[in-house]
Amino acid sequence: MTPQLAARTLEEYLSRWDKLGPTGAMIVAAIVHTTLVGLFFGLPAFAFIWAERKVSGRIQDRLGPTRTGGRFGWLQSLADGIKLVSKEDLVPKAADAMLFRVAPYIVVVAAFAAFMVIPFSDGWTSQALEVGLFLGLAILSLEVLGIIFAGYSSGSKWSLFGGMREAAQMVSYEVPLGITAVIPAIAAGSLNLNEIANMQSGWFWNWFFFHDPFTCIAFLVFFTVTLASNKRAPFDLAEAESELVGGFHTEYSGMRWSFFFLAEYAAMFFVSMLGILLFMGGWWTGIAPIDQAVADTLGGYPLRVLGFLVLMVKSGILVTVQIWVRWTLPRLRIDQVMTTCLKYLVPISCFLFLGATIWPFALLKLTGQPSLLPTEPIGARVARSADPLGTSPQPPRRSPVRASAQEGGE
Amino acid sequence: MQTLIFAIYALVACSAAIAVVVSQNVVRMAFWLIIALGSVAGLFFLLNADFVGATQLLIYVGGTVVLLIFGVMLTASGPMLTIKSAPGEVVLGGLAGLAVLGMLVYATLGVDWSANRAKLASKQSVAETQSFRSPEEGQSVRKLGSALLGVRFDKDLNTDRKSLSTGYLLPFEIISVHLLVVLVGASYLARTKRRRAGMVAAETAAG
Repeated sequence: MTPQLAARTLEEYLSRWDKLGPTGAMIVAAIVHTTLVGLFFGLPAFAFIWAERKVSGRIQDRLGPTRTGGRFGWLQSLADGIKLVSKEDLVPKAADAMLFRVAPYIVVVAAFAAFMVIPFSDGWTSQALEVGLFLGLAILSLEVLGIIFAGYSSGSKWSLFGGMREAAQMVSYEVPLGITAVIPAIAAGSLNLNEIANMQSGWFWNWFFFHDPFTCIAFLVFFTVTLASNKRAPFDLAEAESELVGGFHTEYSGMRWSFFFLAEYAAMFFVSMLGILLFMGGWWTGIAPIDQAVADTLGGYPLRVLGFLVLMVKSGILVTVQIWVRWTLPRLRIDQVMTTCLKYLVPISCFLFLGATIWPFALLKLTGQPSLLPTEPIGARVARSADPLGTSPQPPRRSPVRASAQEGGE
Repeated sequence: MQTLIFAIYALVACSAAIAVVVSQNVVRMAFWLIIALGSVAGLFFLLNADFVGATQLLIYVGGTVVLLIFGVMLTASGPMLTIKSAPGEVVLGGLAGLAVLGMLVYATLGVDWSANRAKLASKQSVAETQSFRSPEEGQSVRKLGSALLGVRFDKDLNTDRKSLSTGYLLPFEIISVHLLVVLVGASYLARTKRRRAGMVAAETAAG
């Protein structure tokens, strides 16, 4: 008998403690969740700003930061942060002061709240919602509002142009983003991010990236679209510094300016995690014996810690690719950006959507097996998706599941 | 505790809605509209209607308000557009608002809440969904999706026939195709008008 987790949620665990009571347990659990999610908003930004400087330096045959904090300049982000906090907070005379002050907070809140729905490992999520994927995309789409407000309220033509471009770009790129994010959800038959990731347990050919050729291309389209929706190069038209000075953040300084950048790096990390959860097996190592051995010998909790680390490493690799793309490709023109989206990415993602829907049936008719690779059938994965390796604790206050509870997903 | 959070969200929603009406700058109105609609989404989450809440965020806050601001930015003549309404309009608008408020209050008071609660509690669902939390706490998306496909968890739609009903999927698809046709038509109309205007301008320039 391997050690089991004590409870399914933190709130449940805390409410067993008599002094707290149910209300106290809820408040403490909420504070803990918020703090952890807040760390996820801040720390990756801290790390990736340093990585961005270092990678861009190497790509341009420079050294990047070398001195702050010892060998690799790894404290450079902290030094940047201190510099930005101590700068003066300016509001231009022509600006709409209230909106100008409030705009960075909208961006930050959107990027921060999106982490609410992300499961960081099996069951480690602050809101285990069945609409997880849908809600995550909905919250991410709010970020554009802050950018538009920043552009509009600055009272500067550069900022206004940046805001306009951003609005046009984000509204059109949301279409292929939604469609490509739905493709693995079709394969899984669920919008619950935890279930989608758990269905990809076992060997790496169970990942939805290898599910069929359409999901494979869908991942590449998804990655391209997330670059654009995070206004990363080659799609960073909203802040194109060679044309628009600084785009929407031309007039910002100090802490408010850095809020935009914290939010950008947090959103980069968010979409990378989303891509990993949807297509690349989430927190599973992709080598079935490793997961099984950890679950058998160490138990549920170390398995989840391992899964958390795996997810971090995978998302970190994806963020590094984003940085790499930024410093390799030249920036597109705004009409090229719109053409790429509306004339190429939208039709491609619609085609992939149709293909991913028809593929299993066509393959089953033609070859008699549901997949080309030696993957397990989806039905078997759905059946154990709640608890792939049998390490979760039993749900405590639930009426016994009746036979009719199986919905027959496949 | 739930009531307290509900009260906070409701208060924010109401005061932001009043601010939408009171403020005179169009983009500030849009900002207050975001706050109001976002707090309404929060209320939906609090009432375990998580799918409706997410849809509210995606469609109203993320979609409609962005289009609204976009429209303002494309059409505004001055840098900061303001709206001032005449006193007569204020009176008329106030009357219309009061009429709607009266209707809503009348309808809300007319509902027998305790009887409805008893009816809901007694309703036995056909099947329960499996999820991290207990079935009574939201998790409505699976039920909604199944209802679209003609499978209801709370009742059997077709007990007499053997086939499943088509559910709400077909009407939903018809509406969505209809909206797509409207969009294509609107963009076609806008483009032809602009082309004609361009041709007229070219002719006058030539003449």
